[in-house]
Amino acid sequence: MNIIVCVRRAPVTDARIKPGADGRNYDPAGVNYDISEYDKFALEAGIALKEKNPGSKVTAVILGVKDSAKELRTCIATGCDAGVLLISDKEHDAFATASALAAKIKTLPHDLVLFGHISVDNQSSAVGPMTAELLGIGCATVVTGLSVEGGVAHVEREIEGGKREKLEVRLPCALTCQKGLNKPRSASMKGIMAAKNTKLDEGPAAVPANLINVLKMEPPAPRPAGKIVGEGPDAARKLVELLRNEAKVI
Amino acid sequence: MSNVLVFVEAKDGKASKAGLQALGAGAALAASLGGKCIALLAGNGLDAEAATLGAYGASRTLLASGEAFSKHSPDAMARLIANQAQAQGAAVVLASATSVGKDCMPRAAAMMKCGLASDIVELRAEGGKPVAVRPVFAGKARVTVQASGALFATLRPNVFATPARGGGSAPVEAVKVAFSLADLKAVVKEIVSGAAGKLDVAEAEIVCSGGRGMKDPAGEGKQNWANLEKLAATIGAAVGASRAVVDAGWRPHGEQVGQTGKTVSPKLYIAVAISGAIQHLAGMSGSKVIVAVNKDAQAPIFKVADYGIVGSAEDVLPALIEAFAAALKG
Ligand SMILES: Cc1cc2nc3c(=O)[nH]c(=O)nc-3n(C[C@H](O)[C@H](O)[C@H](O)COP(=O)(O)OP(=O)(O)OC[C@H]3O[C@@H](n4cnc5c(N)ncnc54)[C@H](O)[C@@H]3O)c2cc1C
Repeated sequence: MNIIVCVRRAPVTDARIKPGADGRNYDPAGVNYDISEYDKFALEAGIALKEKNPGSKVTAVILGVKDSAKELRTCIATGCDAGVLLISDKEHDAFATASALAAKIKTLPHDLVLFGHISVDNQSSAVGPMTAELLGIGCATVVTGLSVEGGVAHVEREIEGGKREKLEVRLPCALTCQKGLNKPRSASMKGIMAAKNTKLDEGPAAVPANLINVLKMEPPAPRPAGKIVGEGPDAARKLVELLRNEAKVI
Repeated sequence: MSNVLVFVEAKDGKASKAGLQALGAGAALAASLGGKCIALLAGNGLDAEAATLGAYGASRTLLASGEAFSKHSPDAMARLIANQAQAQGAAVVLASATSVGKDCMPRAAAMMKCGLASDIVELRAEGGKPVAVRPVFAGKARVTVQASGALFATLRPNVFATPARGGGSAPVEAVKVAFSLADLKAVVKEIVSGAAGKLDVAEAEIVCSGGRGMKDPAGEGKQNWANLEKLAATIGAAVGASRAVVDAGWRPHGEQVGQTGKTVSPKLYIAVAISGAIQHLAGMSGSKVIVAVNKDAQAPIFKVADYGIVGSAEDVLPALIEAFAAALKG
């Protein structure tokens, strides 16, 4: 099986995010990066499937700045066989990102194309299904259960209210992965050494213009200062009264 | 033409609340763009419901039915939305940011080679063009966006008002999609239900979340979690959790609130025994009113809380249940 895992390099989740000088992007000063959280479930799913199906190959693909080679090597150290770096310095919207990914994936054999179900920064939940559409393959989103047999992915996806949908998706297909699917492993020492010497497939990305244009980025509206209603159980009645008469939410 | 097409999600034979909210927002936008608001419903047995959508702002209602729509199918829904976006000359295409909308709108937008603004919280016209606002980084920042070409957008549930039923009426037209079951690449086989009637944190108007300080529900924390569920039942809330709780296996991951869980914006968020780590705050700071209960007066959660009680979950939860029950009865 040929498995592609699309990975995003994103600011770590404890980064403080401030709009930058251009007022349209965040200020990158002092921000550290990592593989976007949900992409780790996609990586684990790909590597676990390879282990179950000998002869399979897992290729990690990152669209991002040249420095993303670091995250790509982490993917290889964790168990991917190859890394593709589509280099671009710009911020792209979901459709532009999907277009660049699909253009590359078309040139690679692919039975399964895995994504995180949402990125921790842009949070569009759209790159996976858009890439699937551009590749003309099926897609299931927010996947929390997966097995592949006889050319079909048997998938469980999370829907509202703790319910799950069971789907069958014909291969080749794209899946976007959610927490609960698996427990991502860490890179092994041996993997880290091997990743250092792996040659990456690097080149400039072919990305079309954005269709969603950011006019401005702002910090969230500041919250008015709150108050401590009191201490211990005696404060409960007072709180409920404030919620009813002052905040008017109950 | 500045028509607005709204895919109104149906649930149990009715237009869903989130679907009506999208319709209300679409009708308001169409009015300021000088276009029409067209509702699109998909599913079987929805004829009566389709006829009511004029009362919520639709000027026409399109109804697609047939075997491809007997269950949620992202392929069929995406094709339907894209076809109708084209047929109606839509400048804006809206749906709810739910498991259905988030599944099919990206595909529909890609079919039309259009951009998608996901999970938007504001929608308006500026200089005759639609403009949307969406949180990024789980609410650490927000961006105002405009599309080149038609704007596809999903609307975060419970942020836009649910329109009141008015006196309007709108004609219903049947629409067809050339789609057979054999064309579907992904097929839903069954829906496995969780706890019956469980409210989802992302949809609920009130969320009560518990953190690590609630302790292990299989041990010391048993009474705390029973109390949190009782509180939730008393005020009609969904139960949420911090990541520490989910990672410990105390609650299902679908309940996790935060940057790597769900972003919520209910009218009331009650955080019990949650410290307020940056990733948790990111996911719930958009709530209208925040209440925090924590035994540590210095806990960062108090910085974002409108109302705080310094005290232990053990002491405060029973008192809260009693106080809410008394207030709601009276
Ligand atoms: C990549 C990454 C992503 C993350 N994403 C998320 C996310 O999406 N959501 C999220 O929530 N976290 C997330 N986290 C984790 C986050 O950093 C915190 O570790 C987590 O939120 C802490 O959970 P907590 O507040 O329940 O626990 P703690 O921080 O341990 O806080 C427990 C609180 O309970 C109080 N307490 C203790 N006993 C009692 C009692 N008896 N009564 C009342 N109060 C009591 C304590 O004073 C303390 O404030 C993420 C972390 C990483 C690294």
